[in-house]
Amino acid sequence: MTGISGKPEPLSMLDRPNSYIGKSVPRPNLARLMQGRGLYVSDIQLPRMGHVVFVRSPYAHAKILSIDAGEARVRPGVIAVVTGRELSAVITPWVGVLSHLKGLKSAPQHAIAIDRACWQGEAVAAVVATSRALAEDAAEAVLVEYEELEAVTDMRAALDPSTPVIHPLLGDNLAFERIHDTGQVDQAFADADEVVEANFVFGRHTGVTLEPRAVVADWNVAEARLTIYQGTQAPHMVQNIAALHLGLNEQQVRIVCKDVGGSFGIKVHIYADEMATYALSKLLRRPIKFVADRVESFNTDIHARDHRCKGRIGVKRDGTVTAFEIDDLTGIGPYSMYPRTSAIEANQVVNLVGGPYVTKSYRARARVVFQNKNVMCQYRAVGHPIACSVTEGLIDLAATRIGMDPVEIRRHNLIPDDAYPCGSPTGLKFERLSHHASLEKLLAMMDYKGLRAEQAALRERQVHRGIGIASFIEVTNPSAAFYGVGGAKISSQDGVAVRLDAQGSVICQTSITEQGQGSESVTAQIVASALGVSMERVRVILGDTDVTPYGGGTWASRGAGIGGEAALQATKSLRKNILDVAAAILQSSPDELDIVDNGIVNMADGALRIELKELARVVYFRPDTLPPGIQPELMATRHFVPREYPFAFTNGVQASWLEVDTETGFIKLLKHWVVEDCGTIINPQLVDEQIRGGVVQGLGAALFEKCIYDERGQLTNANMADYLVPMSGEMPDIDVGHVVSPTLESELGAKGAGEAGTAGAAAAVANAVNDALRPFGTVVTEIPLTPQVILTALRRI
Amino acid sequence: MTMTMAISLQVNGERIDAQVPPRLNLADFLREHLHLTGTHVGCEHGVCGACTVRVNGEIVRACLMLAVQADAASVETIEGLSDSGEISDLQTAFSDRNALQCGYCTPGMLMTAQDLLKQEAEPTRDRIREHLSGNYCRCTGYQAIIDAVEATARLRGKRTA
Repeated sequence: MTGISGKPEPLSMLDRPNSYIGKSVPRPNLARLMQGRGLYVSDIQLPRMGHVVFVRSPYAHAKILSIDAGEARVRPGVIAVVTGRELSAVITPWVGVLSHLKGLKSAPQHAIAIDRACWQGEAVAAVVATSRALAEDAAEAVLVEYEELEAVTDMRAALDPSTPVIHPLLGDNLAFERIHDTGQVDQAFADADEVVEANFVFGRHTGVTLEPRAVVADWNVAEARLTIYQGTQAPHMVQNIAALHLGLNEQQVRIVCKDVGGSFGIKVHIYADEMATYALSKLLRRPIKFVADRVESFNTDIHARDHRCKGRIGVKRDGTVTAFEIDDLTGIGPYSMYPRTSAIEANQVVNLVGGPYVTKSYRARARVVFQNKNVMCQYRAVGHPIACSVTEGLIDLAATRIGMDPVEIRRHNLIPDDAYPCGSPTGLKFERLSHHASLEKLLAMMDYKGLRAEQAALRERQVHRGIGIASFIEVTNPSAAFYGVGGAKISSQDGVAVRLDAQGSVICQTSITEQGQGSESVTAQIVASALGVSMERVRVILGDTDVTPYGGGTWASRGAGIGGEAALQATKSLRKNILDVAAAILQSSPDELDIVDNGIVNMADGALRIELKELARVVYFRPDTLPPGIQPELMATRHFVPREYPFAFTNGVQASWLEVDTETGFIKLLKHWVVEDCGTIINPQLVDEQIRGGVVQGLGAALFEKCIYDERGQLTNANMADYLVPMSGEMPDIDVGHVVSPTLESELGAKGAGEAGTAGAAAAVANAVNDALRPFGTVVTEIPLTPQVILTALRRI
Repeated sequence: MTMTMAISLQVNGERIDAQVPPRLNLADFLREHLHLTGTHVGCEHGVCGACTVRVNGEIVRACLMLAVQADAASVETIEGLSDSGEISDLQTAFSDRNALQCGYCTPGMLMTAQDLLKQEAEPTRDRIREHLSGNYCRCTGYQAIIDAVEATARLRGKRTA
């Protein structure tokens, strides 16, 4: 299937004997994490290591008039106090734009602010001391004189002529605008029997990785090499950026990524304070450690969402949706993030609205504005929850208006399962999706009719339960279309090297990374299955730019689909090399041999001919016994990137069953169902757990999570007691089912699964809440659905 | 902050004598002074549960306790519970059910789950959810953790039956 025209193998690796593909084998790397013997960046200590603490702006927008570090410099343990201007001697500023996002603009951002701070929490000075505690003590003695400037906080006012322009050289506060208009939208609305409008509001929230961002940067001046220990999702990207701005060659920079305490897109960006840490190491010629505390995490980890989206849908009485229209506004903080930019989410919203449906008439405007709040960028399921909530919210509103069941209207408009390949109004290419099969499977899993009957019975007792359904599509396996074409040096291809070692075990180096998804496990499953060895024999090495092939890493649901295919092709190549040597040793033909259970066997009768470890012994220690002219190559490397489809779209559908207490406004989640189609499933349990974890992140956004800023740009709930996250007590059990439509772009056929849960969870919950509130004649289109929002909608407060 | 105080305590059954600043919390003492880095620091204000350890048999948040308060106490960390074999069945259940992803919450989660299993032989799923409700996990969505704890309770019940 690689080279779709190519001749299929007689026995595909998916159904080889003892294949691990499709098996829920436990991940091989869990014992060290369960025993407290992992190595997270915050655990690392190096000789002569200094600890940096940043003095951060208490104002959302302020001129820095002076910095007096005299007192701080003489405090106990202090190694240095460094201002932005002083640090700029070793690191250059950056601008977060990409050329394919036409018109996107941003201003130069410094590692540490110079002259002006643009959000509450931006670093204005660094204090380095022999311990974190001593650095914090000294930071309190750094005297910074500010002149507070007017803060731009409300994104709705950011473009008003009376609002100050945050970066005067840019002319206005508009970072990016995209307009889309196809399919004679005005006519399509005119053709509709009903047109429904709603304003959707999405709270600003953040990732809350349990391990905060952490970096140890070690500039060894004698080697002229910088080693950066960091829990990043994209080591080669960090290598490129660090080298670029520190005036180094890439080969002078090594990124080492050990265990990572959660990422979800938070740890795929270049943060100013992390760049400052690299630069401080170079400036001070010693290892420097930065570990964000929780307040810093809330103030400086990228935030996400924060959209106001006006949506409009046209529908005929028979249920046919004639048109979608949206006008989306989002605020991204004072800078577009580097290097992935902060315009991708709004761009995705435009791309994805209406995506599951056949409707061809679609108009959209998205505007991205600057404001004096923390920076905002790509977080798990970028843009998807917005697009899905708007689309599915509109679909339900349309169904209500014409008196149609929410399932029926979806059956009527979802792209038929036999319509592929096809495209969307915005040019998305769908290879093969399964909306209808997924919906039918979901309805069976949840017993839709039974639930409706239960709902009606409870309604009579004034118990208000609701069912919400949300179909979705998800972008996975991104090609260069995502970043590379825009000029970012972010690789879309991944590489894997596999080798047979002298004991007959396999070492596999891959450029994808592990943050707990199971990258190491699925790689080992693929290698073991394709080669014919047991999984215990496969050791997977990831997260070290000195060691692994060059590649993109793990983000945008790409690890299994792209890195997994590279692993498969590398292993097939190694297998061929091994069989060539085996044939020479055994005086046989490679076609007559196979590798099964760690040994070379006859293809015909399965009889063991030679153990792999014996073959390895001969190759490595007695090559003199091999026939003349044979040069074994027991290592193979392959790379992979999708070429035909820019993205491998997946699809799915979610349902929520919940109860609204109309007296208190509290929502109790009772059950959640997901059916999704990520193509070939390598490890069912890992896929299901990605879905469940993703759903719960989406439920957090739906019910709890919001960064609450006041009018002066102060984040008022920057701690885990006031910023609510989903805890075990409030979360429901989640049933997960699958439909399997493999992509034909790869032999493996795997698409991504990491973001599907987050994509549709909030939409399902919001639709369920509106279903529960139907007797009250009110509609809620704002998340998080806090008791205040519910009671306001019920006009109880 | 140069003044220090002498403390003497048992950590995972080993006697420790140390001079510590009075402001040092137990989590930082374990991590930075004893290099027991299995005790994780997530929020530093007693909300997330990642730093959960056992002090004199009771689970506590090591970020909310000062090292000097642990003087004369017996402290057990994830390293100690792992080496003694006390939670090996629970760890196996976590592995089988993939009840951890990034693993950062896991030591605290195992500590808290074991605390429940020592108190109650057959906790319901709701009881398990309630007892673990002070331990934040961003990766799993909790269901796999609840499953693993429930499975361990059942197996222990069978063993003692």
